Amino acid sequence: MYLYVLRRLLYTLPILVGVTLICFSFIHLAPGDPINAVLPENASADVVAQVKAAYGFDKPLPVQYLIWFANVLTGDFGLSIMTRRPVLSEVGPAVAHTALLAVTAILLSFVLGAGLGLAAGMTDRRSTDRAVSTFAVFGISVPHYWLGMILVVIFAVKLHLLPATGMGPSASDLTQFGMEDFRHLLLPAITLAMIPAGIIARSVRATVAEIRRQEFVQTLKGKGLKRPRIFLHVIKNAAPPTIAIMGLQFAQLLGGSILVETVFSWPGTGFLLNAAITTRDLPLLQGTVIVLASFFVLTNVAVDIFQTLLDPRVRRV
Amino acid sequence: MSTSTTGLAALPPAVRKVARPPGRSFWMRLGRHLLRDRVAIVCLVILLAIALSAIFAPWLVPADPYKTSMLRRLLPPGERGYLLGTDELGRDMLTRLLYGGRVSLSMGLAPVVLATLIGGALGIIAGYFGRQVNMLIMRVIDVFYAFPSVLLAVAMAGVLGAGIMNSLISLTLVFIPPIARVAESVTTQVRNQDFVEAARATGAGSWRIIVEHMLANVTGPILTYASSLVSVSIIIASGLSFLGLGARPPIADWGLMLNTLRQAVYVAPLNAVLPGVMIFLTSVSFNLLSDSLRTAMDVRA
Repeated sequence: MYLYVLRRLLYTLPILVGVTLICFSFIHLAPGDPINAVLPENASADVVAQVKAAYGFDKPLPVQYLIWFANVLTGDFGLSIMTRRPVLSEVGPAVAHTALLAVTAILLSFVLGAGLGLAAGMTDRRSTDRAVSTFAVFGISVPHYWLGMILVVIFAVKLHLLPATGMGPSASDLTQFGMEDFRHLLLPAITLAMIPAGIIARSVRATVAEIRRQEFVQTLKGKGLKRPRIFLHVIKNAAPPTIAIMGLQFAQLLGGSILVETVFSWPGTGFLLNAAITTRDLPLLQGTVIVLASFFVLTNVAVDIFQTLLDPRVRRV
Repeated sequence: MSTSTTGLAALPPAVRKVARPPGRSFWMRLGRHLLRDRVAIVCLVILLAIALSAIFAPWLVPADPYKTSMLRRLLPPGERGYLLGTDELGRDMLTRLLYGGRVSLSMGLAPVVLATLIGGALGIIAGYFGRQVNMLIMRVIDVFYAFPSVLLAVAMAGVLGAGIMNSLISLTLVFIPPIARVAESVTTQVRNQDFVEAARATGAGSWRIIVEHMLANVTGPILTYASSLVSVSIIIASGLSFLGLGARPPIADWGLMLNTLRQAVYVAPLNAVLPGVMIFLTSVSFNLLSDSLRTAMDVRA
């Protein structure tokens, strides 16, 4: 078991190195001279020379990468071109904001998805099953940025119930989280929760239906157990795959919230990415992507390990 | 794949033709199964309608999708002869929605098709040759798996710059890894079956074994999986345009229309929301169609 965990963790190292390689290549994939990618056009000659030396653009590519990689390892992603502040100090708060949104969304989607999925999986009524399946397909197929716009139209423009955009007053301080913050959080979280809710509902429905067909459930029935007790047994067996799906979906949300954040002007990583792209701020883009991808990889590993702890039969490397 | 095809595939082509009764092939059965599926038919009709109206848009709607009019901005649907109203520059919404299908549908299909070809080839090669080849290909694929799909698409498109071509490249890149993974696992399963061993024993080379014996057995699962990605592709492609990273104005594209109409959401909410209806309709149809395909493949009877 420890060996498995260790191996799983060690395997993330080459992956993370690969991630930095891809992010490094961004500078050279961008159209034009890399120096133009990191400097405004009207930069003076000595600034250009200084930056060239700092980035090592005069050295061969592998050396450039190693210099950059060594900096990244120490948490130094360079300075944001836009704000001239260290990239990490820009990314930090943004990640916290996105995480707040993603955690709320995944909890919402779990309540909704698992509830509906269980209802559909446990029932023998076709109509319930149909309704839940329809909801699941809706959740998976809806362009969530569009759903966000519709929610804004209904709840902000027409009913004046909730704020249309932005984060609450205590944006960067979670200890001060109050009613106003919650009101701001609600619409983007619901929007973001739609896709995972659909996926979770569909997966729980399939898992539960599958478990109910297994022989041990028949045995429990034969022994005369009441429905609620059987329900408990089924839930216990359905938990590991559901938790795995939830973890993977959470990981996707961290990086996938960019569209929803744009619709609601939520000051998270997506917003930051958008700004980095429009101002061609490559160091900021690289930093944001590396941090998000690292979170993604680590969440995936955590899910794998947690699942193995719950159910030793699933062991993947 | 059904065992009968598996067994037959090992026979020389001449024998195969005789042994398989007409109309009983795997694909024929699949088609027949789909035709009995009411949901699949409805989705197919919707998609065909959208596709055909996009292709024949110039003949269906008289208006010019690029003709702006400052006097007729954001007219509500039905007013002054504009069936679905006008957009923020006074262009006819209905016309632009139909024309928009051209870019949006292509951007849903093209990346998946390209990724299926590239990812499928990579996966089959990795699965067939195994060992170091597998290691090399799959470990590189693993690295791309380290990015959430939307993040990878947005970052790539952002780096390469806005444009239809660049968003096509980034989307293809997003879909290659998952397709390659499916192809690899299916190929690995098929590779260990007896008929492949038999083909090798008769002296068939790798190329011949892959093309003649294995391809028929792995394309089904790969295509089924790829079909489930089309709706994702449409949503992300439109999302890229929505962020200003895909199609550039004044091209009619559903995602871009959502983007430019977003500012008008307070003034003319109905107009602003319309392009999303098209995206949603298309993606739901593709999703349901792909579900039907999967059920049909599973039956295999």
